Amino acid sequence: MTHLKDLFGITRLARAFRTPEAPIRERASSLTVSVNELSKHYSSREGSICALQQISFSVSQGEFVAFVGPSGCGKSTLLKILAGLLPSSQGEACLWGIPITGPRHDIGVVFQSPVLLPWRTVLENVLLPIDVQRQNRDRYVKEARELLSLVGLEGFENRYPWELSGGMQQRVAITRALMHDPAMLLMDEPFGALDAMTREQMNLELQRIWLERKNTVLFITHSIPEAVFLADRVFVMAPRPGRIIETLKVNLPRPRGLDAMSSPEFWANVDSIRSQFNAKAVVGA
Amino acid sequence: MHSRRNIALAVLLFCATALTGELIIRGFKVPTYIFPAPSQVAIALWRGFASGVYQKNLLHTLLETLLGFLLGAGLGFLVGTAVALNRYVEHFLYPYIVMFQSVPKVALAPLVVVWFGLGLKAQVVNAALVASFPVLVNTIVGLKSADEDRINLVRSLGASKNQVFWMLRVPNALPFVMAGVDVAMVFALIGAIVAEFVGAEAGLGMLIQSMNFNMDIAGQFSVLLILSILGLLLNRCIHLIRRRVLFWDPSEKERLERQEVTI
Repeated sequence: MTHLKDLFGITRLARAFRTPEAPIRERASSLTVSVNELSKHYSSREGSICALQQISFSVSQGEFVAFVGPSGCGKSTLLKILAGLLPSSQGEACLWGIPITGPRHDIGVVFQSPVLLPWRTVLENVLLPIDVQRQNRDRYVKEARELLSLVGLEGFENRYPWELSGGMQQRVAITRALMHDPAMLLMDEPFGALDAMTREQMNLELQRIWLERKNTVLFITHSIPEAVFLADRVFVMAPRPGRIIETLKVNLPRPRGLDAMSSPEFWANVDSIRSQFNAKAVVGA
Repeated sequence: MHSRRNIALAVLLFCATALTGELIIRGFKVPTYIFPAPSQVAIALWRGFASGVYQKNLLHTLLETLLGFLLGAGLGFLVGTAVALNRYVEHFLYPYIVMFQSVPKVALAPLVVVWFGLGLKAQVVNAALVASFPVLVNTIVGLKSADEDRINLVRSLGASKNQVFWMLRVPNALPFVMAGVDVAMVFALIGAIVAEFVGAEAGLGMLIQSMNFNMDIAGQFSVLLILSILGLLLNRCIHLIRRRVLFWDPSEKERLERQEVTI
């Protein structure tokens, strides 16, 4: 039946109507993500709690930005709103000029834990977005295999998640988010659960993948060095209410190796962020 | 652990136990109507199979157990799904389910026989009734226990409610459902036998009942032996299916490893 439909180009036509990102990508400027006065309130027994207060920022295409801040500063809430999983209270977030009102196919999300489905093989996990969109798997198997070899998981396609180490599982999660070449890749402390050594390795890997693919990345972390190492720009956030208190441009040359971490410029950046926290007594308590 | 030596040892142990039993019962002159000697049970077993009575009744009981199991497990899964998915169904139905759960289901067997007669139907219905509850309860728990992160992930990919159900909730509930199915198989056999006790035209339970009237204790023991082997085989079948379906479940893997250690 699908073959018949394809013969008449109906599926292709339908897909062209369903995914509006393709034509918009061409006419939009280099600004990919724009967030205007975004606020989020939660109502609780003691009244309304302000998780995010009038957040505004924009990200250009292919830029890597990091959000750094202590817990409770609304980082994860921000990510959920950007992923379309949570509605905002006021303001809006736009991707390619279109407000984000729900989950979208052109957004990739990597969560803190890999969240792989244990009954699916690595390849099937990577193909999950394809299955959700009810598209033909066969067309995307090649892309999935290429992506898996990009993240260094060649030969693991038919393994199950539980056979992989924590770092490898997170690589699978990144691969899954990269399927469909998302216009925006959201990462919520993706390496927070890994040990320090693996984490450094994964930072290098992520930089390599990003340099190759040039997706727009919004990376959330509570590690200042990690943010400085990875990002072009770092947004410093403070809690109660969650807000951006400072934006810092990182001008270290790419690709950054682990030796970049010992350079004085690197630590100058780290120190300037840390002083922001100290000056505003953000992490005092 | 399944080496030839161990199998030989197991057989030897069985023979030694039977022989000891035989000697004790004969030595103390225990009357047959209290406790028959293993040899008498073996003779009863032989006689039953040679006359074809056991095969016929075994088949009958097997049929009603399997039909009752399928019907009960299927019904339990469907109702469980409805309760887990729909708030209204849950609100109005769940209290009755909880209430009904505390009733010993076998106590309904006399009613079932009155409603459905002495034929196969009554036994199947009773088996299904008893078997449905573990599946029903476990399906509800399983479908509701989907991990928040996983739901967020699938939703972030743009999945519809339907897709979240089939791609996430159902596979996620399978370990629970299979645990319920495991119990349901044994329950179905119990339900079938109890229905036969109340009144039936054929089946191993009916056979036990009539042997009891005739004080054929050795015969009863031989039927009990068949029943225990039947129960064991049915249980094994479920375990095989479970191992295939839940190859990915960590608790299943643990169980397999444990079995390797203990057997």
